Amino acid sequence: MNTTHSRRLSRLSAGAIAVLGMAALWNASAADTDMATSVRLSPSQYRLTIADIFGTSVRVDGRFEPETRDQGLLAIGARTGNFTDSGLETYDTIARAVASQVLDEHHRAELLGCKPRADTSSDDECARKFFSRVGTLLYRRPLSDAEVQTRVAMAGAEAERLHDFYAGVRLSLAQMLISPQFLFRFKRMEPDPQRPGQERMNAYDRASAISFFLWGTTPDLELLRAAGSGELHTKQGLERQVNRMIASPRVAAAVHAFFADMLQFTEFDAVSKDPEFFPRYTASVKEQAQEQTLRTIVDHVVTRRGDYRDLFTTPHTYLTKDLAALYSVPLVDVRASGQLQRWLPYTYPADDPRIGILSHASFTTLWSPSGRTSPTIRGKALRQNILCQRVPPPPGNVSFQFVDDTSNPQYKTTRDRLTAHSSSPMCAGCHKVTDPLGLALENFDSAGGFRMSENSAVIDVSGEINGKKFDGPVGLARAIRDDPAVTSCVAQRIFAFETGYMPPRDDPQWVEIQKKFAESRYDVLELMRQVALSDLSYGSSGSKLMTAVND
Amino acid sequence: MKSKIETWTRRRVLRGMLAGSAVTVGLPILDCTLNDNGTAFADTGAPLPTRFAAWFWPLGIGEEEWRPKETGVGYELPWRFAALKPYKERMNLFSGSQVHLDGAANQTHFTGVQGYYTGKVTAAGDYFNSTNAIIANTISASRRFRSLSVACDGDAKASWTAYSGGKVPDEVSPVALYRRVFGPEFTDPNAATFVPDAETMARRSVLSAISDERSTLEKSLGAADRQKLDYYFTSLRALEQKLDIQLQKPTPLQACTRPPSVDHDDGHAVGVISAALERHDLFCDILVHALACDQTRVVSLDITQGMSSLRRDGDSTGHHTYTHEEAIDEKLGYQAKVAWFQQEYFKRLVLYADKLDAVKEGDKSLLDHMILFAHTCHGAPRLHSLMNYPFMTIGSANGRIKTGMHVATPGDPATRVTLTMQMAMGVPVTSWGTGSNRVTAPIGGVLV
Repeated sequence: MNTTHSRRLSRLSAGAIAVLGMAALWNASAADTDMATSVRLSPSQYRLTIADIFGTSVRVDGRFEPETRDQGLLAIGARTGNFTDSGLETYDTIARAVASQVLDEHHRAELLGCKPRADTSSDDECARKFFSRVGTLLYRRPLSDAEVQTRVAMAGAEAERLHDFYAGVRLSLAQMLISPQFLFRFKRMEPDPQRPGQERMNAYDRASAISFFLWGTTPDLELLRAAGSGELHTKQGLERQVNRMIASPRVAAAVHAFFADMLQFTEFDAVSKDPEFFPRYTASVKEQAQEQTLRTIVDHVVTRRGDYRDLFTTPHTYLTKDLAALYSVPLVDVRASGQLQRWLPYTYPADDPRIGILSHASFTTLWSPSGRTSPTIRGKALRQNILCQRVPPPPGNVSFQFVDDTSNPQYKTTRDRLTAHSSSPMCAGCHKVTDPLGLALENFDSAGGFRMSENSAVIDVSGEINGKKFDGPVGLARAIRDDPAVTSCVAQRIFAFETGYMPPRDDPQWVEIQKKFAESRYDVLELMRQVALSDLSYGSSGSKLMTAVND
Repeated sequence: MKSKIETWTRRRVLRGMLAGSAVTVGLPILDCTLNDNGTAFADTGAPLPTRFAAWFWPLGIGEEEWRPKETGVGYELPWRFAALKPYKERMNLFSGSQVHLDGAANQTHFTGVQGYYTGKVTAAGDYFNSTNAIIANTISASRRFRSLSVACDGDAKASWTAYSGGKVPDEVSPVALYRRVFGPEFTDPNAATFVPDAETMARRSVLSAISDERSTLEKSLGAADRQKLDYYFTSLRALEQKLDIQLQKPTPLQACTRPPSVDHDDGHAVGVISAALERHDLFCDILVHALACDQTRVVSLDITQGMSSLRRDGDSTGHHTYTHEEAIDEKLGYQAKVAWFQQEYFKRLVLYADKLDAVKEGDKSLLDHMILFAHTCHGAPRLHSLMNYPFMTIGSANGRIKTGMHVATPGDPATRVTLTMQMAMGVPVTSWGTGSNRVTAPIGGVLV
């Protein structure tokens, strides 16, 4: 027994040395940056990754710790945020549930790829086959023999402890699923042999960055092959892979994930509407509202390769029966009786006030309190999320006495109430920035329904942006479409979605990316392609990028 | 065969524990009795643990009228606190203190709490090391959970709990909290037998192998990423410790019972105050039992975030909107609708205190062995003021604080209140806060 023990230990030690050797090869000089570059796998990336590796019948159940948003994006928060005790606990719970399914009786034959000699004891050969294959996909690089051996030994030991081969593999797999090598994507640098004295991101980390950016999921075997062969370090090799991925329908998942992040749909978790006032706004409609916008965007951006700006004025969208009822749209679905909600394409008539994604319930209801609307909140969301403009916070210890008109407190419309705010010079500065945008959307109530009046007074939906006056939701949509901030904003956000950083504003490469975006008539996939091809995405120092931001 | 087991069980606590050979340990019933005055375990003389519960309500109380005229003991409780009357002699009311901006922008509903709860007023998003977390690191580090925190309106971002790595989102679902604390992994400390779970042992064993990856991984990373990894490993250690605790025979606790199972309320977003407060009570039940069973020693409950959109049933305007729009009633001298919300919250605080007080530990109660600390985002709600902050404590922290007082400290940094809380909980700290919010002594006459 002692002999076996020590042999195993020595095997492990040899493994450890091999791992160290490999790391040294990869690393050489640890990045000197003082900003973290590693990012945590997002819940959406986690789900897609598990589905890619184990198939969609393995469910990712349970709630992840809520993500943190930084500078407008969860993708930046994934870089700047840290794990908490309760957060890792949620990942552990989810990992164990995933591993249990992979090894359950329905899945084990297919997913394991081999049959153990006996169900009640260890079988290193079968475990090794499994971990070599799955390990590469989970860690997004080939595992060294020693790393595989560690998993095999672990699975074997636990199989013996529990008298169950599958339990051993399950525990060892669950462990991989909460390992930092799975949960984090690192951006490790190595000396660049082509450019002495300079660094480049190592090939496998680069493959991960590209894959999560363009497909929202873990690299496929072809991309890993290109990383392993060194192709990803060449201009042509990188371009070949990026073009392949942009051309794939799988790019839709990344577009979906990006816009869900940019439009801050996770905030819907805290949204509820009073069923007494808004009986049609159910929990399921809340989900459908988000999906409506994301489907509209994917159709416009991926299928039609449309101009990004036209998203704000497009009459095309997708609706379900429930959403149609919410919008009072006469959607006839002759085949839907008794079926689940189906998505049907819908085009608004030319004179309809509902054009573009800002008229969607995903915008109008997300940025409204539960009982009534707030043009200030909508205007602020529009400025910050769509135009990337900062709205300063209100000053401290403000007296609202001027709003409290005790002789006549019955302001009928929201505009009446807000006008009282804006009459104070202290408040006017910011409310002038937010309210004229939000007021133009007052035809949409807190739950996304259309209205012409409030408390029996006709709603005035005139608005203004940058000194240009317009009228109502359609006027606002056209003004936003033509605002140059709208395209520079999406470009910044796309870059930050990929890198976790805001772009270096004056960097010639960044200027060039934006120029090409404009030349493509604001084709978002072309923008993504340019970002994926740019050296900026694989630069050595996040801090360099950060200091370059002229905010 | 055994060699494999040894390979993995050589690590830390698990040496010698074998699955299948269940360890059954009979508990001498004397273990769970306390000494005569209920302050310590009879068998060991170890003092009963001191516990800390933070309770956050949104948008303060009212204009100045809520402040008692007298200070010290024997003050008259203003009507705003009528619900708390049964606890008057067991509570303290703090008034007058403020948070200094020192030129920083005021992010309403955030900066004030950031100031008094973390000691620093900085740029938005900078929110680290909150008072309850500092206390948890001192008194609760050995527990199954360092701390537990919940929000009642479905918004995990309502949390005011942050360790050095940043904010810890609140748990929003009573069902999930129940499962986490009292689900299958809970070990009843008063059970007659204790059988370490084989699956838990196996999990503990495989987890320890992750730490073996650390040094390899760190070599390839820069300082900031190593720091980030450090937070991951801190959380991993917490997870390992949780399993370690589950594998040890727990100390019997007279007061510990498993609460009734919670099988509804998944933590969906709610808009009306009645729904949020119903959930509040569900959460209180679980948290009180978690404290009684010593699963954690620090709990935090946030009714909602400061900018509360909770509405009264049938009313389309929320609490926060009313603070801006409601006129001050000339006769009453305050905003009547806003006051209604505050009154509802305080009734719930009393209910929470009742539940804590119903847990008997010796001849005293759990409430006597802790501080229930009530705090809010602003002084006067209408002004969103950073002055005249109301704070309340209920309970005497195992005799470490005096009670029955109104303590007025006009213009004093509110950080002095939180420093006093830390000192009462045994945190070895002598100064706290930065800039004008720095304090070097607790509030006089409160600590014993």
